[in-house]
Amino acid sequence: MRLIPTEEQRELAATVRSFLADRVPMARVREVAGSDEPYDRTAWARLSSELGLAGLAVPEEHGGSGAGFGEVAAVLEELGAALAPVPYFSAVVAASLLVALDAKDLLPDVASGETVAVLAAPEEALPAGRLLDRGEWVLEGMVERVPDATAAGLLLVVASTGTDRRGVFAVAPDAPGLAVTPLTSFDLTRPQARVELGGVPARLLGPSDAGAVIDRTADVARVLLAAEQLGGLRRCLDVIVEYAKLRVQFGRYVGSFQGVKHKLADMHCVLEQAESVVRYAVWAADEAPDELPEAAALAASFLGRAYFQVARDHLLLHGGIGFTWEHDAHLYYKRAKADELMLGAPRTHRARLATALGLI
Amino acid sequence: MTDLDEYRSRARAWLAERTADLPPDPDLPQARAFMADLYDAGYVGITWPAAYGGRGLSAAEERAFQQAAADFPLPVGVFGIGLGMCGPTLLSLGTEEQKRRYLRPLLRGEEIWCQMFSEPGAGSDVASLQTRAVRDGDHWVVDGQKVWTSVARQADFGLLIARTDPDVPKHQGITMFVVDMRDPGVDVRPLRDMTGESHFNEVFFTGVRVPAENVVGEVDGGWSAAVTTLLHERVSIGMGATRTERPASFAALRTAARERGLLGEPGVRDLLLDLYLRERAFDLLNARMSQEVKAGIQPGARGSVSKLLLADLTLASADLASQILGPECLAGDGPIARALAWAPGMALGGGTNEIMRNIIGDRVLGLPREPQLDRNIPFKALKVGTQAKEDGE
Repeated sequence: MRLIPTEEQRELAATVRSFLADRVPMARVREVAGSDEPYDRTAWARLSSELGLAGLAVPEEHGGSGAGFGEVAAVLEELGAALAPVPYFSAVVAASLLVALDAKDLLPDVASGETVAVLAAPEEALPAGRLLDRGEWVLEGMVERVPDATAAGLLLVVASTGTDRRGVFAVAPDAPGLAVTPLTSFDLTRPQARVELGGVPARLLGPSDAGAVIDRTADVARVLLAAEQLGGLRRCLDVIVEYAKLRVQFGRYVGSFQGVKHKLADMHCVLEQAESVVRYAVWAADEAPDELPEAAALAASFLGRAYFQVARDHLLLHGGIGFTWEHDAHLYYKRAKADELMLGAPRTHRARLATALGLI
Repeated sequence: MTDLDEYRSRARAWLAERTADLPPDPDLPQARAFMADLYDAGYVGITWPAAYGGRGLSAAEERAFQQAAADFPLPVGVFGIGLGMCGPTLLSLGTEEQKRRYLRPLLRGEEIWCQMFSEPGAGSDVASLQTRAVRDGDHWVVDGQKVWTSVARQADFGLLIARTDPDVPKHQGITMFVVDMRDPGVDVRPLRDMTGESHFNEVFFTGVRVPAENVVGEVDGGWSAAVTTLLHERVSIGMGATRTERPASFAALRTAARERGLLGEPGVRDLLLDLYLRERAFDLLNARMSQEVKAGIQPGARGSVSKLLLADLTLASADLASQILGPECLAGDGPIARALAWAPGMALGGGTNEIMRNIIGDRVLGLPREPQLDRNIPFKALKVGTQAKEDGE
């Protein structure tokens, strides 16, 4: 079990961090959030092609770099810290599913970042796949709140293919009968959209009974989101610690008051634990498939709470300025809450964890 | 097999053989005999200089031995303060004579050591201690009282800090001494703690004459020496935790709940999940920190994070166990009742939770320190300990 990053992962993180500081400062994050653009296309182009990050965990024979989730997690931590408005999380989850399904023809464009693939995989109320006489599939149904769906150059839709059977379908963004409607998102930095499928022609990728692969991808998504959450959590703590060293009230730096200092110490303890949980879960995703379901449920349960609590307290410790629109604290607060709920209500993560631990 | 693997497996083989016929609860002579054999086999003071009885090997061998030893219950608890705190302090601050005189017998378990810092009036604020040491020719004369002293009854020597200059601010007038615990002026009395047992002692000093050559470090420079000693304590308390027994662990409670048919209750499941999340995160943090140590990253003040989380976990798990098991767990002298009675000790010994949070805030996060009102006032002008309220306060 490896719980500390490799030298290469640290260097990768530093490269991404300096790129983001330079090219995607908070002013740019706000600019994209306030526009109709679904994401920062310039930043995405440079991250995916120049830095080669889109295909990080895609095998080399499919145009990727053949690295692991450890490297992807290192990138996600930095993107989460910066609230970078790029669909990287969605794209790497979709890429890992395509790798698992051995979708050779789609992978090169996804690995190069040319095509942003986005996964629409609801836990319940799946769209229905219907096999036509000609051997072609059409999809019927609706998926609510799909992150980054408006950015998708390729939609991967999980749909039922029979009783207790699920398959993965590729849907082109301009397919007839498809409607992708942007929603008002609580988290301004990660847009969501409703995906409506009215008899949309779709291509089945892999077997028509791909439940195990889909479940494993869901676990990978939980682990990768946890890595992104860790980055945001750390940034929140860094920011409020710096502020506590500068802000003076009652003739003292507020960070010298125990009421503030002890809160920050507790937040640091949360960070230390959260980092340990994420490192373990990422290791399990790369190296220990048997441990992945429990590790993913652990990571989702722990990081959801941890990030929201730290983001909330970082906002509160700023005092009144933290409640203003101009201050960035609310962007993190909203991201943390949206992240906590994005892959299902926290109770569902806890229920899965309880199952993995033999409590049910 | 690397040299290190070989070292580890040799250590394991030695330990397996030597511990095979140890009684479950060895007495002091048996523990001493074990320690002497362990030393003679080369497994004590592994990284300490050979000149002082150590083996002069690297931290890698020390870790390899610790890994091997983790599987065996070793009767070395009574030597822990000496090995973990007093020895390292003497090694870095002691005179050549002190190191030659004390370290080898300490390592071999021939002489047992204790540490005497806390006082009834100086708990979190140890630097406000009142035990006095007054120079008299080539001796110092010690009068005062210490408290929470582990193994004082068995100890041959102790590291003491005492006030040697009350006319300067509190941190500046303290000196560290080696004290002979067999001196007739040293009176050790067991302290009955809230568990009903006596794990600690009070130590009273009445006119104890300590030779001047027993000063450790500089006269009036004892505070920085004490800080060094205490840092060793924090790391050892938190990091060793995975080896201590946890009667209220998640695994134990899950079994207990299953046997009683309680797992179907959503409330029970939720409590168990909360415990699992805390325990797992704590264990993973310790595992990560020890990987960092192996990679050459020293935990430093981050040891306080581990200590604070362990204290919280200890309190929470015993409490939570009682909520699941109900009144039966308090009857008799069961493991949960004992865990509940023990738990506050972990949050107080080695620095209270509040002190841990100060350390994390000041030394890990680099936050501005609290203004210290007593920093530049001569000790004799300070109020210390527990005082009656004065008018207007």
